[in-house]
Amino acid sequence: MFEYAPAPESRAIVDIKPSYGLFINGEWVEPLGEGREKTVNPASEEVLAEIAVASEADVDRAVQAARKAFTGWSAMPGSERAKYIFRIARIIQERARELAVLESLDNGKPIRESRDVDLPLVAAHFFYYAGWADKLSYAGFGPSPQPLGVAGQIIPWNFPLLMLAWKIAPALACGNTVVLKPAETTPLTALAFAEICRQADLPPGVVNIVTGAGETGGALVRHPDVDKVAFTGSTEVGRLIARSVAGSRKKVTLELGGKAANIVFEDAALDQAVEGIVNGIFFNQGHVCCAGSRLLVQESVADELLEALKRRLSTLRLGDPLDKNTDIGAINSAAQLAKIRELSEAGEAEGAERWSPACPIPDKGFWFPPTIFTGVAQSHRIAREEIFGPVLSVLTFRTPAEAIEKANNTPYGLSAGVWTEKGSLMLWMASRLRAGVVWSNTFNKFDPTSPFGGYKESGYGREGGRHGLEAYLAL
Amino acid sequence: MVSLESFGLVGDAGAVSTTTTPLAEVAASNSTLRAFLHGLPGVDRVGADARAAMLGTRSIKTTSKKQAIDLAIRMVDLTTLEGADTPGKVKAMCAKAIHPDPTDLSVPSVAAVCVYPDLVATAVQALGGSGVKVASVATAFPSGRSSLEVKVADTALAVADGASEIDMVIDRGAFLSGDYLKVFEQIAAVKAACGSAHLKVILETGELSTYDNVRRASWLAMIAGADFIKTSTGKVSPAATLPVTLVMLEAVRDFLRTAGRKVGVKPAGGIRTTKDAIKYLVLVNETAGPDWIDPDWFRLGASSLVNDLLMQRQKMATGRYAGPDYFTLD
Repeated sequence: MFEYAPAPESRAIVDIKPSYGLFINGEWVEPLGEGREKTVNPASEEVLAEIAVASEADVDRAVQAARKAFTGWSAMPGSERAKYIFRIARIIQERARELAVLESLDNGKPIRESRDVDLPLVAAHFFYYAGWADKLSYAGFGPSPQPLGVAGQIIPWNFPLLMLAWKIAPALACGNTVVLKPAETTPLTALAFAEICRQADLPPGVVNIVTGAGETGGALVRHPDVDKVAFTGSTEVGRLIARSVAGSRKKVTLELGGKAANIVFEDAALDQAVEGIVNGIFFNQGHVCCAGSRLLVQESVADELLEALKRRLSTLRLGDPLDKNTDIGAINSAAQLAKIRELSEAGEAEGAERWSPACPIPDKGFWFPPTIFTGVAQSHRIAREEIFGPVLSVLTFRTPAEAIEKANNTPYGLSAGVWTEKGSLMLWMASRLRAGVVWSNTFNKFDPTSPFGGYKESGYGREGGRHGLEAYLAL
Repeated sequence: MVSLESFGLVGDAGAVSTTTTPLAEVAASNSTLRAFLHGLPGVDRVGADARAAMLGTRSIKTTSKKQAIDLAIRMVDLTTLEGADTPGKVKAMCAKAIHPDPTDLSVPSVAAVCVYPDLVATAVQALGGSGVKVASVATAFPSGRSSLEVKVADTALAVADGASEIDMVIDRGAFLSGDYLKVFEQIAAVKAACGSAHLKVILETGELSTYDNVRRASWLAMIAGADFIKTSTGKVSPAATLPVTLVMLEAVRDFLRTAGRKVGVKPAGGIRTTKDAIKYLVLVNETAGPDWIDPDWFRLGASSLVNDLLMQRQKMATGRYAGPDYFTLD
């Protein structure tokens, strides 16, 4: 046997303060209200820091600061704005190791992912949009596209710093100023980003970070001086936001849930398809809005593929997120764990067959083993509802037409994956799948140049690429 | 992965056969062989490269590094394949093979030495009863461009001189022109000439160029009777790479499941550092599985690797690096 000894990344590199205020107008300020929340390490339930809960008055202060800063920031030549954004990108690269450790501590994701996926993408996003700042006239939105004003941005807990980058980088490049609210369970990297804004000498008020939960987010969305609302999170909250801004002048982009189909044809490169399935649903513990949570496999190879998949799952290493060899980290919160459990139990109750590899679970913290459900029907809850956890529902199909029918038979439409060695079939499928992203012989691949967003209840608007600029320009 | 039943590989009763008779039915003609090999699932290059790269990020430290270093030493086929090889050079290498570090007898011996056929007798004599095996390249190594008669004679002579392992090369020209039957027949003939010696079949993956070809050549060699499949001669660049070895490890894993016979894997060429060697061990561990973590089933063809392993081993034991002059160059 060849066992891997523990190889933990040192957490000495991060400096977490016992408590954090709000970042408004380039300064750390104490909240006006009394509200405080704790953020915990989901792998150990250890309290990491105390976080301010911004009240409506705090949000107002932040929006005012952003409004004041907008005049100067939007008038600045694009080439000057670009310098700040490039500088932020470089500082992120320089501090990548620290930010990766912080992300894994607060979120529970494996350090391998925060180090090799999240942080490189975060920096790449800032670099990419920095490059657009002085080229907006050539983006296809007219000769002199103008910014919107103050953007209120609310981001989720699954990719805290990456979602911050997706929101802040295009907003700043286009000349907007922002008030951003990170998720209440994962505020630490956003607060570290506030420090980076100071390090980069970003003019005060261009970026403001307010922490808190739903009420803080609600105050931000409702604030009359916010010109643009950008939200990534659940479809449920997305609906509330859409309702709240309806009839106002506010421009909205929503990036919501998904129930993506990962479709494997009989001629697929099977070993790589297995890797793609694993990466599709077990990457980031399945806390991915575009996760390939429904595996649609052609019946003629279903047994073979499932056997290979189960064998592969048995090699996944679940445990300490800071261990460099960990593949599956902790579930982000007790609430999320309860939701995953509830839906998994529903899956069993509805008659699907549940399977997990032998997988020791740590005593403390929030954990869920990688899980597969076979014999799943379209009508089962686990085939229709977003689980947002390491749970894969396996369905089968016989023909390409049936694959399309099943894949599109969902209220969501964020992403899909197709595995076939036949190019013509790939294109035939891609043109019929109603999903914002269709991955061809891969899954969960992201790039700042590529627009991302959904159909139907997965939201509206696009982030990333040239398309991502549109959400932050007055057109 | 692939049903062999239609090719007569597996009997109706589901009994798995390891004899060559049913294998011969798959190889009844070039078209049956071709149908079988082209029916194997494809390999997506981007995905295979990504998987190998991800496994390359595994962090093997402390006790597991120590274990890995000794494992790697025990898996080395210490190799010299130069036109300038002499009996003196081979004897010196054999001494190194038995005691890689003469100052530390806790260092295990390597698995085998690998030499040209004319030096087999020298190596057999030098290794005596040490347990280190003698492997010989044969079959008009490294190009394989000769007649079957010469290849069989080359093999038989090496075996007669005492080689217990034969590293043959396949006819890449025949493989690339689609003449799979010719490759099959050559491997089968060399296997017969090996007698009780183990046969390692070198695919020379650097000349096969696609991963699909690597997978097909792996299966072809295994069906023809290979005990090991080996990446490279070391004379062609690229030699062994992690993704190519990944594809070959998947092949032996699937072959065991389908045909019931276990085959070993040997990457060779370009593996120079402890870090490289450990990446290969991780690849084996998480692809073919722990059952292959053994010198009987996995070898590393290398020459300079051993000294780096020794240097790292001493560093782990003493906390200090000794300079390269403290390790013998043989």
